Amino acid sequence: MDAIVLQLLNGLDKGGAYALIALGLTLIFGTLGVVNFTHGALFMLGAFCAVSMQMLLRISKQVKDTSVTFFDSYTDVPYLQVWFGDTGLQLINYAVPLSILLAIPLMLLIGVLIERGLIRRFYHRTHADQILVTFGLAIVLQELIKSFFGANPIPSPAPALFAGSANIGAWIGLGDSVSYPWWRMVYFAFSLVVIAVVFAFLQFTTFGMVVRAGMRDRETVGLLGIHIERRFTIVFGIAVVVAGIAGAMYTPIVTPDYRMGMDFLVLSFVVVVVGGMGSLPGAVAAGFLLGILQSFASMNEVKQVIPGIDQIIIYLVAVVILLTRPRGLMGRKGVMED
Amino acid sequence: MAMLEVSGLHKSFGGLRALNNVNLRVDAGSVHAIIGPNGAGKSTLLNCFVGRLIPDTGTVSFNGTSLIGLTPHAINQTGVVRVFQTPEIFGELSLLDNVLIPALAHRDGAYKANLWSRTDGQAKVQDRAEHMLEDVGLASKRHIIANSLSRGDKRRLELAMCLVQEPKLLLLDEPTAGMSRADTNNTIELLQRIGDGTVTKIIIEHDMHVVFSLAEKISVMAQGTVIAEGSPNEIKGDPRVQEAYLGGAHL
Amino acid sequence: MAPVSTKEDRLLLLGFAIAVLSGPVLLAPFGAGYPDLLQKFAIFGIFAIGYNILFGLTGYLSFGHAAFLGVGSYTAVWSFKLLTMNVLPAVLLSIVMSGLFALLIGFISLRRSGIYFSILTLAFAQMSYNLAYSVLTPITNGETGLQLTRSDPRLLDAMFSVPVGQGIPSTSLFGVSMIGWSGFYFCAVLLILSFYLALRITRSPFGLMLRAVKSNQNRLKYTGVNTRTYALTAFVISGCYAGLAGALLAVTDPLAGADRMQWTASGEIVLMTILGGAGTLLGPVLGAGIIKYLENIFSAFNHQTLHNFFSFLPDAVEKPVVGVVSLFVGEGWELTLGVMFLVLIVFLPGGLMEGVRRVRLRFFAPPTLRAGSATESGSRAMPGQA
Repeated sequence: MDAIVLQLLNGLDKGGAYALIALGLTLIFGTLGVVNFTHGALFMLGAFCAVSMQMLLRISKQVKDTSVTFFDSYTDVPYLQVWFGDTGLQLINYAVPLSILLAIPLMLLIGVLIERGLIRRFYHRTHADQILVTFGLAIVLQELIKSFFGANPIPSPAPALFAGSANIGAWIGLGDSVSYPWWRMVYFAFSLVVIAVVFAFLQFTTFGMVVRAGMRDRETVGLLGIHIERRFTIVFGIAVVVAGIAGAMYTPIVTPDYRMGMDFLVLSFVVVVVGGMGSLPGAVAAGFLLGILQSFASMNEVKQVIPGIDQIIIYLVAVVILLTRPRGLMGRKGVMED
Repeated sequence: MAMLEVSGLHKSFGGLRALNNVNLRVDAGSVHAIIGPNGAGKSTLLNCFVGRLIPDTGTVSFNGTSLIGLTPHAINQTGVVRVFQTPEIFGELSLLDNVLIPALAHRDGAYKANLWSRTDGQAKVQDRAEHMLEDVGLASKRHIIANSLSRGDKRRLELAMCLVQEPKLLLLDEPTAGMSRADTNNTIELLQRIGDGTVTKIIIEHDMHVVFSLAEKISVMAQGTVIAEGSPNEIKGDPRVQEAYLGGAHL
Repeated sequence: MAPVSTKEDRLLLLGFAIAVLSGPVLLAPFGAGYPDLLQKFAIFGIFAIGYNILFGLTGYLSFGHAAFLGVGSYTAVWSFKLLTMNVLPAVLLSIVMSGLFALLIGFISLRRSGIYFSILTLAFAQMSYNLAYSVLTPITNGETGLQLTRSDPRLLDAMFSVPVGQGIPSTSLFGVSMIGWSGFYFCAVLLILSFYLALRITRSPFGLMLRAVKSNQNRLKYTGVNTRTYALTAFVISGCYAGLAGALLAVTDPLAGADRMQWTASGEIVLMTILGGAGTLLGPVLGAGIIKYLENIFSAFNHQTLHNFFSFLPDAVEKPVVGVVSLFVGEGWELTLGVMFLVLIVFLPGGLMEGVRRVRLRFFAPPTLRAGSATESGSRAMPGQA
């Protein structure tokens, strides 16, 4: 029972990441009609926003180490500490959440640039062409990050307050063996908040209504005189920002690495397909579902029965879904069916 | 002798009854038109013939073989050939290639791993394709890319593609939709000329001029059933038909 | 667009054969005249030709072909270990194994088309890679990769009493060692044969059906053609080509690693085919050659060589120039690849052969033809053109 609860929890933060990426993918596909293979790289960019924030906050200067008297010795002290003392140290500590402040405008800018400069030429081209160009863009982004940050993973730790684990077991009366890292709970809550904000935006604003209508039936919206393509830039921007902050906050869980984008992308597409292409609730539900499924598959007991199942479970699920119910769990009929 | 027999066909989409006990009999070699106002169920009926929809109940029998549940390519192999509402052709290929493909499919069936011989070495098939293009008046353009044709010419190309398969039954879904008067007349003339007496034709049409020029027998559909059937003259004077189309006003 | 005559095709084949066989001489001035690199050109040329039969002709975009490359490599190495160092059984077995594997994956993936098909192939490729990396380690030896050892059984060799020398034996074709130039010529001959087969397929009724699948699959179904079987055949053929390429990789370097099956390798073959020109005959080979060339040459540049190259510039200009260029070479050559690919997709989706065609049309065609071509819809080359 303990193990099951633990795996359930384990799947939630990963599921949250999948859900957020899949949300963006579905928004872009449902509204713009574009298959976006760059989305994983955007998640990765967000992660490196967090890394950059860490580096930024830690810019140091050489200060003479007064404790050593034999010779002149210098240590690096971050400017923030020099100027603001303890508050400065706290700022550095909270680099990851603070990076959201950096990520939002930066990712928005990047999203607008990509949409204006590249994606909009591909609205009327085939899906194959869209896949290819976004795939190429993903490679470029990935390699640029590699050039500037190097090929090795760069750790980006969580704030000290959340660094440890919580004894969940004690809360629900299951004893001491079930503990779960604080930050992963924070991430789960964070992902729920973001999802809620996006859905609220779509539900309660006029802009959101237009977007939802466009996702349902682009042609009619056009016939009603609504110039939907003007909205595309903003929708794309929103999707990119969501991916970016998802990536930024995820860094304490998975160390940022220039290659992480593609792994997440493949899995996220699988999520979108399982949830149903064009369905936002489907994408979110499938994201969490597959995250939890993957968690369970990595349980030792399960791995003993079917070795290696954790590696392939998500792909197997995708294959089965694609073959039996191609519109996914909640997809609309007729969207991209054979 | 009946070529196509439809009996007791029902099809519903959710709460909507698209086809309600449709019975139809098309004789071999005849030209049979199906007309009716929008929403009558004509397209639904056609889709049941070509394997796109599976009816809830009822039978569709072609020369004794049931067509229900067969895949589109299997239905074609029985001799039922479909002409689409918007001409469906192989846009990026040349006209000759466009006609070669159905000719090859007719000869070799659904699949043949014919990967070593040259297409331009298949003399018989090439000849048939060229003759067909001549028949429809497109021989001079045989090497042109199909997408660059006018709408009327595309229709002619599509007819050539269908006829080169020596169909037993030709299903025409609004063949003159969106055409100019000149093109419409050309199409009528073409349809009158080809396969006269040997090819059974079922034509779904809105344009009454086309219907009365071509049809030997007309079935009128409204709200999912056949409300009247008979020769063109009988249909012209039938009050039920007038009711269905015009709400009571006289034709 | 008149069909291509047999005579024109013979000339094309002859020209291609001559170009390939004199590769060492032709490419020496470009710094590419050594066996290792030329072998790679030939091998990836074969891979690309096969991939083009699927993607170029039918339009189905598969992201999983690296899996077949991997299967080919592993099969070949196992043949070297268990049967004989003779490359012929290895090559034949690899083609069969990867063909079977392609049959399995194709059968399932082709139940859907379009983007669903692409995602399915990607899913299978990732699955295969993960399995090869972790679970199937008895067969694949996981991360380290499958290698030859002195103590491999090599049953057929033992049966025919092939002499065993010191150290690990090298692959051979009936006694002729496959290391170095002879290895290249083996690959080159196979490349020419592969090209010829692809040529025949393109000119055949079967090839015409494949192009019809890409042009209007719906129409084709209603024309009485079982499109799925045609697509599956094309898929298996391209899988066999990939297997052959994988086997040749092992022939020239008897090692098989799981990384060969990563999705990035699949991405690379897509790049090669598109760069050269999908649907054309020469395009894929050209694309493969260029990318492998860039991979080897570009990635060999480093700061020092750049400094030497740009030394003629004044210092103040030289530093930033070197700084920017260094992003694109050496470790960063994949960035160049990505940018190249982007530019290509946006401006010249028909690849280099499309560029060649346009240049030919603009500068060498008589005015009437130019006027005629203005009405041609679409700017891509006709599939099947050289």
